[in-house]
Amino acid sequence: MDADTLIISLEHVHKEFEDGFVAVDDFHLGIKRGEFVTLLGPSGCGKTTTLRMIAGFSLPSSGKILLNGEDITNLPPYKRPVNTVFQHYALFPNLDVYENVAFGLKNKRIPYEGKDWRGRPKTKYKRLSPEVIDEKVAKALKIVDLEDMEDRDVASLSGGQQQRVAIARAIVNEPQVLLLDEPLSALDRKMRKDMQLELKEMHRKLGITFIYVTHDQEEALSMSDTIVVMKDGAIMQVGSPEKIYNEPVNAYVADFIGESNIYNATMVGDKKVRFLGGVFPCVDDFPLNEKVDVVVRPEDVLIFEPGKGIIDAKVSSKVFKGEMYQYVLLVGKAEVLCRSTESYEIGEKVSISVLAKNIQVMHKELTENEYMNAWLDGKGNVIIGEEEEISFPADYTALLKGSHIDEDGYLVDAKTNKKYDLKDADIRLTIPLDKVELEDDLSKGECRGVIISSVWVGDHYQYMVRTEGEEDFVADTPYAWNIGDEVAIHVAKENLHLSLRKELSTYAVEE
Amino acid sequence: MQWKNSKASRFFSLKRKYLAFPYILFLVLFILIPTLLIIFYAFSDENGNPSAEAMIEFFSTPSKISVLVVSLFMGLQTTLICLLLGYPAAYFLADKKINKNAVLVVLFIMPMWINFVIRTGATRDLLSAIGLDGGTHPWEATLIGMVQNYLPFTILPLYTTMLKLDRAQMEAAADLGCSPFKVFIKNVLPQSLPGIISASEMVFMPVMSSYVISDTLSEGKITLFGNSIYLNFSNSQWNAGSFMALIFLVLIGLSMLVTRRFEKDPVASRGGGIW
Repeated sequence: MDADTLIISLEHVHKEFEDGFVAVDDFHLGIKRGEFVTLLGPSGCGKTTTLRMIAGFSLPSSGKILLNGEDITNLPPYKRPVNTVFQHYALFPNLDVYENVAFGLKNKRIPYEGKDWRGRPKTKYKRLSPEVIDEKVAKALKIVDLEDMEDRDVASLSGGQQQRVAIARAIVNEPQVLLLDEPLSALDRKMRKDMQLELKEMHRKLGITFIYVTHDQEEALSMSDTIVVMKDGAIMQVGSPEKIYNEPVNAYVADFIGESNIYNATMVGDKKVRFLGGVFPCVDDFPLNEKVDVVVRPEDVLIFEPGKGIIDAKVSSKVFKGEMYQYVLLVGKAEVLCRSTESYEIGEKVSISVLAKNIQVMHKELTENEYMNAWLDGKGNVIIGEEEEISFPADYTALLKGSHIDEDGYLVDAKTNKKYDLKDADIRLTIPLDKVELEDDLSKGECRGVIISSVWVGDHYQYMVRTEGEEDFVADTPYAWNIGDEVAIHVAKENLHLSLRKELSTYAVEE
Repeated sequence: MQWKNSKASRFFSLKRKYLAFPYILFLVLFILIPTLLIIFYAFSDENGNPSAEAMIEFFSTPSKISVLVVSLFMGLQTTLICLLLGYPAAYFLADKKINKNAVLVVLFIMPMWINFVIRTGATRDLLSAIGLDGGTHPWEATLIGMVQNYLPFTILPLYTTMLKLDRAQMEAAADLGCSPFKVFIKNVLPQSLPGIISASEMVFMPVMSSYVISDTLSEGKITLFGNSIYLNFSNSQWNAGSFMALIFLVLIGLSMLVTRRFEKDPVASRGGGIW
C-alpha cells in the first residue's frame, strides 16, 4: 500500500501482559485515511488491547505504531491527535453536558509566533477563546442531535443520550482518528440499529478515520469499509464486508461471520470438491486430494425435487421466518442449514445443489484426522460413515470419567449410577496423524484402503489412504509405500478420541 | 405455593417492622431526651426558670470566645494535615499493583486498635524525649497528638473512595489532552471529593470536642471546646456547659449543611462517604 494514504500503521505490534498472557501477537495492519475500520472478534481476542495501544493507554511490548509515518509508539495519550469513545462512555459526572464536551477544547493550546522577554521570536501557546469553544461545542452537539441539552446533568440523560455526549466529546476535538470501543454495546437493540446508521452518517460527514471495535458481526458488516477479523491476538482476515462474508479464508472466519454450513471436504479433481457424499464443481483451485474446509451460506443452498440436485436430503426441521422458511436438511447424519420461500414438509425427500461460485473452499490446517460422521453401534465399536465398512473397537468409558459398561452394554456412571444407552450416538472422532498405523498384512487392520498420495515431510512420509467408502485417513509414518498400494489401517483403542455431539443426558436410560 | 398469603408470612412481614423498635427506644432514651435536656438547661437558670443568662455569659466572656476560636483552628489544622498525609497514602493503598492483598491497609488502621489514652500517654513521652513537650511547645505537641489519633479515620474513607475511582474517566481525561497532573486535578480530585468530605467530617468536629489529648499533651495549656464543656460540668455549671454543648451542636449542623452542598453530584451517590 502507498505509505502516503496510510494514517495509522501497526508494525509487528506485540503485547504481553505481566502475567505472561499474550493479548496481541505480531499485529501488522495499515489503516487508510478516512477509512471506517472495524476490529471484530470474540471477547479476549485482543481487539480492545489493540485499540488501547493506538490511544496510548497501553504500550506495546514490542513493535511500532505510526501515525502519518511518525512513530507514536511511546507518546502519552494526551499528546496524540486521536480521541476515544469509551465502552461505558466514561463521562465526567461532576460536569454538565456542555462542560463534558468542552473538556478537551479547554485543554487545547494553540501554538503561535510570539516574542520572548528579549524580543526574540518564540513559539508560544494560547488557549481557545470562550467564544470559539462555545461555537465548537454547539456544532458538535448539533452533529449528535443534542442541541438545547447543554445545561443538563449527564446523570439525568438516557443511555443513548450519554452515548451521544461521549461521541460529541470526542469529535469536538477534530481528531485525525476516532477510536470507538464497543460504543453501542450498552444500548438496546432498536437504539443500536439507529446509532449504527447515525455513526455511519457521521463518518461520511466528518471524513475522518474511524477505528471501531466490536464483537457483533452484524454491526461490523453493516458499518465498515474494512473488517479485521481477530482471534487469539492475531489477524485472521482483513477485507471488505462482502469479501469477508463471501470469501472467508478459514472456517473460523466463516463461522464467526454469519450463519454458515461448514464441512470437511476433499479435492477430487480439477475444481471439483467432495463433501456430504457428493461431488460439487467449485471455482477455487486446490491440489488434488487436498483436505479442505468448505463453507456454504444457508441462502446459497438450492432445493430441488428428489434426484434433480447433486445430493439427496431429507427435511428435518422447518421454521417460518416471515419472508421465508428456514430448514435443517439431513444428508445422512450431516445437517444442512438452508432457506427457501417454498414450503416443504418435515420428512419430505428433496435434493440439493450449490452453484460453483457459492462454494467457498478454504485451506485447512491439517493437524488430525477428524470424522464428524462417526457413530457408536452400542456393541463397543465406533463406526465411520453409513456403510459400516469402517469399524474400530473403541473404549466408550472414555466419554465419562469413572464409568463402566454393564452387562446390557449400557454406560454406567459410577457416582450417580445413571445408565446411558449409547447405541447410534453421534460422535466426533479424531485420530492423531501419527497414530494411524498402516500394515502390509491386510488382515491386521480394522479396515483397508488404497494409498492415493504420499508426501515426504522432513523426517517422515505423510500418506493419504482412501477406503472403498471414500473415507480418507491421513497417516504420518517413517515407512515407505507406493501410491496405489493397498494397506490395512489400524488404530489402537486409546488413540481413538471420541466426543459426543449431543449432551450425554440425551442418551440417559429411563429406569 | 400458598406462602405469599399465608398467616405465617403476614406474621413475619409485620415482625420485620418491629425489629427497629429496640433502636428507637435507645434513640429516645439516650439521644433525644439528653438533647432536649441540653436545650432546656441552655436556656434556664440554676432554679430551672427560663433564662438567657448562659447565652449572654458565653458571648460576653472573651476567654470562652477564644476557646471557640482556638478549637476551630486546632480542628482546621488537624484536618488539613490529616488530609495532606492521608490522601497520598490512601491513593497508594488503593493501587492494586502496590498493595496486592490489602494487608497494608490493616497496618495503617492498626493504631485504632490500641486504647487512645495509652497511645496519647506514649506520644507524650515520645515528644518530650525529642524536646517537643507540652511545657515548651503545647500547640505543636497537641497538633501532633491529634493528627496521630485521627489519621486512620482520614485514611479509611479516602481509601474506600479511591477503590472506586473510575479508571475509564481518568483515561478519558488523558485522552482529551490532560497531562497526568491535570488528570489528577480535573478528574481524580473531583472523583474523590466524597471521601475528602467524609474524612474531614470524621476529624474536624471530634478534634474540637476531644479533651484528653489536649489535656495530656499540652499539660493543660490548651483548652479546647471539649475541655471547656467538661470543666463547666465538673464544676456543676450545668447551664453554661449546656449552652456550649448547644453551640457545638449548631456547629455540627452547619458543617453538615455546608458539606451536603458538595455532594449533589452522582459520584457521591455511588458511595464512598461514611454517611
